[in-house]
Amino acid sequence: MAEETKPAAPAAPAAKPAAAKPAAGHGATKAPPLAPMTPEMTELQQRFGESVLAPAPYVGLLLSDKSKLVEVATYLRDEMGYDSVTNLTAVDYIKDGYFEVVYHFQRSRGGEPFTLKLRVPRPQGNDLSEPVPSLTSVYAGAEFQEREVYDMFGIPFSNHPDLRRILLWEGFYGWPLRKDWKEAYYEGDTKPFESRWPGGHHQLAEERVPWADNVNYPLGFDPLNFHADPDAGLYDTMAEGVPGLAKRNGNGSTAPQPTGVGAAVSVFDRDRNNLADVDELQTDQIIVNMGPQHPSTHGVLRMVVKLDGETVTDLKLVLGYLHRNHEKIGERNTWLHNIPYTDRLDYICGLANEWGYVLTVEKMMGIKPPERAEYLRVLMAELTRIESHFWAIGFLLNDLGAFYTPALYFITERDLILDLFESVTGSRLMCNYFRFGGVSRDLTEAQLAHAKELAFERIPRKIDELEELLSENEIVKARTVGVGYLPAERSINYSLTGPCLRAAGVPYDIRRVEPYGIYDRFDFEIPVLYGADVYDRYRIRVMEMRQSLKIVQQCLQQMEQTKWGDIQTGKKNYNHRVPAGQAYGRVETPKGELGFYLVSDGGQNAYRYHVRSSSFINLTSLKEMTVGHKVADAVVILGSLDIVLGEVDR
Amino acid sequence: MSDAVNRANPPAFENDPRVPEELRNNVFITTLDKLYNWGRKRSMWPMLFGLACCAIEMIATAASRHDLARFGWELMRASPRQADLMIVSGTVTKKMVPQIVRLYNQMPEPRYVIAMGACATAGGPFKEGYNVVSGIDKFIPVDVYITGCPPRPEALLHSFIKLQEKIEKQSLRTVPWYRPGEDDVVPVPVLGPDLIDMRRAEEIRQKAAVAQEQA
Repeated sequence: MAEETKPAAPAAPAAKPAAAKPAAGHGATKAPPLAPMTPEMTELQQRFGESVLAPAPYVGLLLSDKSKLVEVATYLRDEMGYDSVTNLTAVDYIKDGYFEVVYHFQRSRGGEPFTLKLRVPRPQGNDLSEPVPSLTSVYAGAEFQEREVYDMFGIPFSNHPDLRRILLWEGFYGWPLRKDWKEAYYEGDTKPFESRWPGGHHQLAEERVPWADNVNYPLGFDPLNFHADPDAGLYDTMAEGVPGLAKRNGNGSTAPQPTGVGAAVSVFDRDRNNLADVDELQTDQIIVNMGPQHPSTHGVLRMVVKLDGETVTDLKLVLGYLHRNHEKIGERNTWLHNIPYTDRLDYICGLANEWGYVLTVEKMMGIKPPERAEYLRVLMAELTRIESHFWAIGFLLNDLGAFYTPALYFITERDLILDLFESVTGSRLMCNYFRFGGVSRDLTEAQLAHAKELAFERIPRKIDELEELLSENEIVKARTVGVGYLPAERSINYSLTGPCLRAAGVPYDIRRVEPYGIYDRFDFEIPVLYGADVYDRYRIRVMEMRQSLKIVQQCLQQMEQTKWGDIQTGKKNYNHRVPAGQAYGRVETPKGELGFYLVSDGGQNAYRYHVRSSSFINLTSLKEMTVGHKVADAVVILGSLDIVLGEVDR
Repeated sequence: MSDAVNRANPPAFENDPRVPEELRNNVFITTLDKLYNWGRKRSMWPMLFGLACCAIEMIATAASRHDLARFGWELMRASPRQADLMIVSGTVTKKMVPQIVRLYNQMPEPRYVIAMGACATAGGPFKEGYNVVSGIDKFIPVDVYITGCPPRPEALLHSFIKLQEKIEKQSLRTVPWYRPGEDDVVPVPVLGPDLIDMRRAEEIRQKAAVAQEQA
């Protein structure tokens, strides 16, 4: 079945690396072009005055007075209909001496996002920068994103309800995404590193660095005389009414506290003597840590729930247990290097992630793939959606207590789709299939026949079977209807995207609101349901699988008119030059909106590489969905969000 | 019970008058080691514990097509107290490694560890990341390593068979967990300014002091 004609992966770059050359771009002589004005930008500028809002380089408006930020955001939300902040990140322009905080606001009825930027001066060393007003009072969806910016850049947000590190832990030394912060295994700013080149001598990282390990400590650090609490501040807002914890915070005890999972298992043990206090015994509130090792958390997520009896009264998430520094590595990698890394973001649906990244880079390079490649992209991405939804539904049933039996049926179907991926790309999960301006391989006759068999015969039958077994199942309905309700306005305010938003009655799908690829050619619907609960989130996935099948079927039929093997614009290239600029590109993955915010300085790697991940941002709303439900439902609600930790923590 | 029977040395009491007639073909002798290992290797309970992408392939291994249950390993336990085997399936981050070490310490002996995939073996594609540990063997002993990113389910099955081979070769007389005085509890690393391996604390203190003097 496998074809041995064209090599898929680039073996070695053809040209010598230009790493030694100073990178052109930021801080260089030529000033970047200013953003062209759109009607929306003009409206906002007229409202607040040209001295406050001016066109920024490349795209968006630059806000010069950051104290006006909340006012501007409120106006954007209430008067102009930008009802969610879909992406929030920062860029470190070290040569120019400032951080730029970038906001992308989005209208839930569709259209391009609105870009707003603001600058804060860069501080010295490891200090925090000047604070930026928090948008959490206007957009609830900003909460985790602002915490991430704080964690990575050391930009504090004033009036943020819970400003702590989110992906790393409290007490971590330094702000990793600042350009002058070097990781322990630092070898150079850009890949490929000199030492790896023919003639170069590669040395094991452990032999090269002073600590002989992937660690770095401050000067004069003494680990034997040191107290650490990676969870500092975590329980502060949850402590009220919890015996032991409240006491601990009250008297500011200096005794070292147990950290991590062990800390939580028993709030009571910590202050056992207090149990004699009758007043405290009356309260029944306890804090339970679920995860990071827990069968229900879909990976290494940690949910801290405060329980009154069995009812959840408060919930906090601790993330970062799978934070593998995607963005920092992505800024060292060359443009092409990053494609296989995006596979590992949301590892259930790698092909969909690749598209997001490739699409954004293509936007900056101004190239388009040939017809055949467009069809292949749609084919693979939609099969990925089906495969991912099979998985999501199977594991939602797991969370409901139907342990593994339904999941086994769906994994069987999923394996059949993975067989096709494997025979085409060489890998089941990490396909590395997309290229800038094309894809790496075409499908042979046998592979096309396999795809047709799946799309026309097997999968439609299996989806019917799935619905027959589950949709009217009494236990499923009893456990899911009305559980995890989050109305449309709140969902939008929380920047929720993907099936969960569509199950709340908002027909928001990137394939429609900002069509990419050739989705405008196919006849398909964006299914919408109005229940906004776990049951509708399950049903919408089934409906989406049917729509995806429809697309795959049309795609397979229309593909016959295109020329076989015409899958790459230009010739295959290892050393891509992306012109200086900025772009935000996004696709609809099975989990929601996956965006990439890329800044290029014209060099051979990204100056800034940010992933707007839907799993991460969708989690912001988990607390509001869960509070008031039983702890067993918390597991189900989390399952209905269908998160993948690789994308949450990146 | 076939492979526990010592076929090379037929039972010496075949014609022994001390053994009653009806028992003569029903009594087998073997070594305790063989019996013990035969039972252990076919009833491994892995811990239900996934870290990253590799966990997806681990689930696929346990699912219908590859069916781990054929090897007697089907029962994945969520509690380390009931598990014999830890499959480190994915990238080990600094934030996660204290929990992994703690889980390892909570597993009763005999316990085994499989490092699944490039990340768990040596850091993999994410090795240079500031929050990534370059392989779980920096902290806990590993019995079998599997290559791949992620390894296919067949590769994971292969590692199980390799582990079975390892178990077969172990002897009650030499296994570490019956030796007196040995305690292989791994100190749980601490999250400070960076990950601190407490076994190296003294070395870290000295090096950091020297660095401060030079600065």
